[in-house]
Amino acid sequence: MSIRERLSGNEAVATAMKQINPDVVAAFPITPSTEIPQYFSTFVANGSVDTEFVPVESEHSAMSACIGAQAAGARAMTATSANGLSLMWEMIYIASSLRLPIVLSLVNRAVSGPLNIHNDHSDAMGVRDSGWIMLFSENNQEAYDNTLMAHRIAEHKDVLLPLMVCQDGFITSHSIENIELEDDEFVKNFVGTYKPEHYLLNDKEPIAVGPLDLQAYLFEHKAQQAQAMKNAKNVILEVSKEFEKLTGRKYGLFEEYKLEDSEIAIVCMNSTAGTTKFVVDNLRANGIKAGLLKVRVFRPFPSEEIAKALSHLKAVAVLDKADSLNAIGGALFSDITSSMYTAGVNVPTVNYVYGIGGRDTTSKQLESVFSDLSEIVKTGRIDNPYRYLGLKKGDE
Amino acid sequence: MKNLIEIRWHGRGGQGAKTASLLLADAAFNTGKYIQGFPEYGPERMGAPITAYNRISDNPITIHSNIYEPDYVVVVDDTLLECVDVTAGLKKDGAIIINTTKKYDDFKDNLKGYEGNVYCIDARKVSIEALGKYFPNTPMLATIVKVTGIMSDEDFLNDMKGSFKHKFAKKPEVIEGNMKALELALKEIQKVK
Repeated sequence: MSIRERLSGNEAVATAMKQINPDVVAAFPITPSTEIPQYFSTFVANGSVDTEFVPVESEHSAMSACIGAQAAGARAMTATSANGLSLMWEMIYIASSLRLPIVLSLVNRAVSGPLNIHNDHSDAMGVRDSGWIMLFSENNQEAYDNTLMAHRIAEHKDVLLPLMVCQDGFITSHSIENIELEDDEFVKNFVGTYKPEHYLLNDKEPIAVGPLDLQAYLFEHKAQQAQAMKNAKNVILEVSKEFEKLTGRKYGLFEEYKLEDSEIAIVCMNSTAGTTKFVVDNLRANGIKAGLLKVRVFRPFPSEEIAKALSHLKAVAVLDKADSLNAIGGALFSDITSSMYTAGVNVPTVNYVYGIGGRDTTSKQLESVFSDLSEIVKTGRIDNPYRYLGLKKGDE
Repeated sequence: MKNLIEIRWHGRGGQGAKTASLLLADAAFNTGKYIQGFPEYGPERMGAPITAYNRISDNPITIHSNIYEPDYVVVVDDTLLECVDVTAGLKKDGAIIINTTKKYDDFKDNLKGYEGNVYCIDARKVSIEALGKYFPNTPMLATIVKVTGIMSDEDFLNDMKGSFKHKFAKKPEVIEGNMKALELALKEIQKVK
């Protein structure tokens, strides 16, 4: 039976971590994820978890400590944002290459510089090819639920990859909202005990972790990693189905909101999807067939499934909360358009870079995207596929 | 009550506008509503203007942007009237509540022709009388509950007693004064237009 509560996104993740009661949490504070290890350290201090909490001196050390702990046979978690993730970068790749199912809570924030503490997705996009499973969360509820499902996915024998749960810094991390929590017993049973097949502290099976891997085998090991990422798709669906059966809360690879009979649609991730739902409802009240595809699983990227889900549309806008500064478009746009091309789906698609550095994304902005799409449908013309949304013009 | 109520708070860093918005979210949550309470984080400094927001609804709230057309505005510090456009986007059928000792005629220019209801309270007087110190957020919290009518005075006071016990677990001596501030504010608020 779910518990009706009100929590911020950070409180929701800290609560999930308390209920998971991992063996090790190693973290270094950085806005806006600071509250997660802060709340968690009080759970450690008052004895509501028996986790070994390691208050390290940097994020590089936080991920290193998680790697050491997970390799030893423990379940390890951490949280960070923006430049914290940048400092982890070396170890982020090592965690996934060593096939260690560490779980990280990433509270998305703009990567410097210049210094900005507010939300965009430039931190997450910087590690999109690092071999981590990446789940995005619209609100506190999804951040909580994704965290509860994280270990089941990451630790699955067909996967064994680290996983990060993303949510929007401040917008959801610091907003108090309603949430349905599960009780401690439920979480304990659902997540289960961590039983690694191979681990350093197993004296029956001496192993080495992370030795030199040169021309003879690195290629094969990378191919195995890539295969694990492909396998993750089905595992995510299985775990999500079981979670739905138990809680009634449905999760897939992505969410289709009124998409089925839509003519035009927005594709986006995290909190903007919620604002888009509000806009879609308003437009539909006026007879406009607008819809939303919200990407939950960004890595592995559900390429065929998304291409199919968008194939009936007359125009699509992909919203990227990080600019790739590559003169082509944002990362989500590239993935969506190449998915469509590969699947032979030919729907006019445009990209909007939006919300950079915490620029508020309003319902008016999203309405303007839908109106641009209607125009594209009407005229059949896309003059510029790589656009900005909410950028100030002239002397604004 | 309308299906969705949107509230914007204007205060100065340190006056507790954020805390008040979170306590309001708490109180509305306890009446069974869907709620949002969130501050707009900027370069927060003691005394700098800050904004906080609430959404209160009977239905789940999916919108995640700031509030540009609020039903209600709460001004925790009347010096902000001079430097912040407090009535920006404020709906005509809503209201603004201002913590001030000034007469309506003395600040009405700052409201830029706002046509809706205007309420005032001297939150300093209330706070000093109840707490012996100036914490304007507690009285302002009571006034917005009164003006929006999201719950009865009695339910609100009962609910806040519980919230304060939790919030001030480490300094229970301030609970009584804060409760007194709420009660006084419910009585002191005046409709000036």
